[in-house]
Amino acid sequence: MSKLTDLTIKELNIGYDKKEFKASEVTEAYLKNIDANSNLNAYITVTADEALAQSKLADDRISNGSRLSQMDGIPIGVKDLFCTKDIRTTAASHILDDFVPPYESTVTSNLLSAGSIFLGKTNLDEFAMGGANLTSYFGEAINPIKRATDGKEVVTGGSSGGSAASVAGGLAAGSLGTDTGGSIRQPAAFTGIVGLKPTYGRCSRYGIIAYASSLDQAGPMCKTVEDTAIMLNHMAGFDEKDSTSVDIAMPDFTNGICDGVKGMKIGIPKELLNESIDKDIEESWKDKAVRILKDAGAEIVEISLPNLKYALATYYILAPAEASSNLARYDGVRFGLRVDGDSLDDMYLNTRSAGFGEEVKRRIMVGTYVLSAGYYDAYYLKALKVQKLIRQDYLNVFKDVDLIMTPTTPMPAFTVEESKSFDPITMYLQDIFTVPINLAKLPAISVPIALSSTDKLPIGIQLIGRDFDEATILKAAKVIEGAK
Amino acid sequence: MSNEYILKGKNADYEVVIGLEVHCQVRSESKLFSSASASSGSNPNETVSFIDAGFPGMLPVVNKFCVEQAVRTGLGINAKINNRSEFARKNYFYADLPQGYQISQFDKPIVGEGYLDIKLEDGSIKRIGIERLHLEQDAGKSIHDLLPSKSCIDLNRSGVALMEIVSKPDMRSPYEAGEYLTKLRKIVRALDTCDGNMDEGSMRCDANVSVRHVGESELRTRCEIKNINSIRYLMQAIEYEAKRHIDVYDNGGTIDQETRLFNSAKKITRSMRGKENANDYRYFPCPDLAFPLLVSNEEIKLIKDSMPELPDAKAERFIKEYKLTDDEAERVASDKDIAKYFEEALSIKGVNLKKLVNLISGELTAMLTDRKLEIQDTKVTAKRMGTLVARLEDDTISLRTVKDLIIKIEETDKDVDILIDELGLKQVTDNSAIELVVDKILQDNPSEVERFKAGDKKLQGFFVGQVMKATGGKVNPASINKVLADKLG
Repeated sequence: MSKLTDLTIKELNIGYDKKEFKASEVTEAYLKNIDANSNLNAYITVTADEALAQSKLADDRISNGSRLSQMDGIPIGVKDLFCTKDIRTTAASHILDDFVPPYESTVTSNLLSAGSIFLGKTNLDEFAMGGANLTSYFGEAINPIKRATDGKEVVTGGSSGGSAASVAGGLAAGSLGTDTGGSIRQPAAFTGIVGLKPTYGRCSRYGIIAYASSLDQAGPMCKTVEDTAIMLNHMAGFDEKDSTSVDIAMPDFTNGICDGVKGMKIGIPKELLNESIDKDIEESWKDKAVRILKDAGAEIVEISLPNLKYALATYYILAPAEASSNLARYDGVRFGLRVDGDSLDDMYLNTRSAGFGEEVKRRIMVGTYVLSAGYYDAYYLKALKVQKLIRQDYLNVFKDVDLIMTPTTPMPAFTVEESKSFDPITMYLQDIFTVPINLAKLPAISVPIALSSTDKLPIGIQLIGRDFDEATILKAAKVIEGAK
Repeated sequence: MSNEYILKGKNADYEVVIGLEVHCQVRSESKLFSSASASSGSNPNETVSFIDAGFPGMLPVVNKFCVEQAVRTGLGINAKINNRSEFARKNYFYADLPQGYQISQFDKPIVGEGYLDIKLEDGSIKRIGIERLHLEQDAGKSIHDLLPSKSCIDLNRSGVALMEIVSKPDMRSPYEAGEYLTKLRKIVRALDTCDGNMDEGSMRCDANVSVRHVGESELRTRCEIKNINSIRYLMQAIEYEAKRHIDVYDNGGTIDQETRLFNSAKKITRSMRGKENANDYRYFPCPDLAFPLLVSNEEIKLIKDSMPELPDAKAERFIKEYKLTDDEAERVASDKDIAKYFEEALSIKGVNLKKLVNLISGELTAMLTDRKLEIQDTKVTAKRMGTLVARLEDDTISLRTVKDLIIKIEETDKDVDILIDELGLKQVTDNSAIELVVDKILQDNPSEVERFKAGDKKLQGFFVGQVMKATGGKVNPASINKVLADKLG
């Protein structure tokens, strides 16, 4: 038998059903791994005592045959953006580094009710703003996979970098992420795991610290496509506490997951064919993925998304605009960091200057600017209109195709030093394939397809589906996963 | 009587242009976006949910009842209800604004244009346009004088639903502004969408005031006077502000657009902040409530069908049904609690309508004002008032005893008939008893009798007064007159 921490969620389920091992043994194995791999900095807070206590309860349910769900007894990591009752929740920011919420987010609450065990709170970019987990107040998370050519450590991607590292490094059976512009899919691609951003409104945002409310969406990050489906089953669902969550039927996402893609029509956006993309990634997308899907019986067609080129600019107006407003509540008055001053304004200034990092400040300033009198129409309002056009592009295409396929990222993971030579725009360009999906509110997955030829770094393929059609995405992802 | 309100400047006559923004706290159990109690009177920070306190990850959910209240109010002010409206964030920093923004409505309010008809001094009707009504959440309260060097924040009000009702700049005198606010207050009270209590701040008013030469068509720069909490202060503030503008113009100056506060003790306004210090609120659609706020025509119809009778309709009905005059109808129909009291008192047998109206708007109102009571709280219940009027009508008691009787009922909480007995207020109608008293008075005042007989008929009142005095007011004046006439020829 392989190591307990190598098992997938599905395999853990089989083991529990056969009573081959206990949830507490699995939990202990993960906690030991977390301890041994603290250099990955995957977790901001490890909740070992709580996890062990939860695992004992799961043991009882396993032994008397009353497991609550397929997530019962499964140890997972929780991005430190989800508020967890009585457990410190920081958003990887100094301004919240001692904040203990007196309430539980709906998604974590759903998973707890399903019997999941929380190993701890995983690292992320501060307030989920960043693409390499380099902006965390608690330091960067490290990719468990090293660059083969020089043995150098590379970034996890972000913002859900700690969650990605925890799954790739065997520090969690699955992890919760959130995705505003690629924050689940890009780190999943960089670390060689599966990451799904569900349709906007599929998972409740209640209790998730907001970055850009109209784009934020929670999703699962797992070792396999099937695990991803299992975890989604126990996260998602309508929540009356979130007015943007959608009251729509919840299928069992594992149903028919092995049905394949025979007869499906999958689109390749022609606008991306001439993008400057890493050669290995280009090859894995245009050749390998296309071949796998064709072999499995899908039809591949070229499609057009004419407004795609505006997506990045649109995103970097809308997301900071919302963020500038969402982060106004961190003012030192009621909770979190307070740095005193001679007046109320001084206290605000001192608190927010000390409490927020560079990237967060940059986005607050950009967001404040685009909403200001005299600029609102030219920036924010225009961006809202373009967002509608972008979504319309996708809706038009989905009249004809079942899925759209693109790379997840334009290049594989890079080192921390390399990132230092990037200006903010280069960093933002990392999101070029993922950002449009959030703007269009659609579901998308990143599934590993290959390793880069010399560096042996993971490459991910992105599959995009219709509104609330995560099931079709999972089926196609399963085909790509199975062809490896 | 003229309705014109013209102010004399040095070189020209001026008229004043007024628009009002009225904030009404929505009558609702819970707040606009949380289930916390919206009632006042709790200890500081007792009725605050994590949503109201702006905690991380907390999300607003619209309280449907508050939306219905806004629709109801919109229908009450003859306005267009928008099927699709939108909540927007108004961003600014203040210690008692927990989210760092107020959720309000900006360019897509729930209620569009409407109007109110007000009665001018000469009795004519003027229509005042209403621009819009929108829903928004209230902020908390900063208390600066509780501790020597710190401010305290009470978030009980944070998130409480408000309706802001914005008029067009259609009013031309303090009187018109006062009438508009009075009318609006009666309507929201009749609809039970706001308690209209200006003392406690559940209804507040901002006045936009400018002046211009009579005949000028362009609007001049206006000033906004914030947070006026009584109708009298509103009228005083407008009058002061208009005269201030004229003074400035007379001296060749210009008015700067600014926000001002009214000092009710000194009866002046003073500058609070100029335009250059005005906030840029950076309004944008609230992404937590991204879907438009939808109100269907069916919902609007349901609300319309369940609306109570409004003051104007009520007055019309009273005139038709009870044959009241315009003035009488207005006295008892404009306030829903008074109207209810009036109609309940009417159900007592033998009530005289006109007397009832007069007693309610006269003696009863005086007593209530004196004791700072609301009509629904008095011991002089509608039934008791009805009985009282009936006893007046059947000559059991005289009008002179009514004022005291009302006070006694309030103080003792006893029924009318019991008090009439206990206090011996029953009128003497037995003529032989009256004759005895009259005889004694005529005997005691021979010179007055002489003068009367010589033609000084004014002395009739003197004799009546003496009889009343001797009997403690229990004699029906008509009976006295009759006996006097007999005795004095």
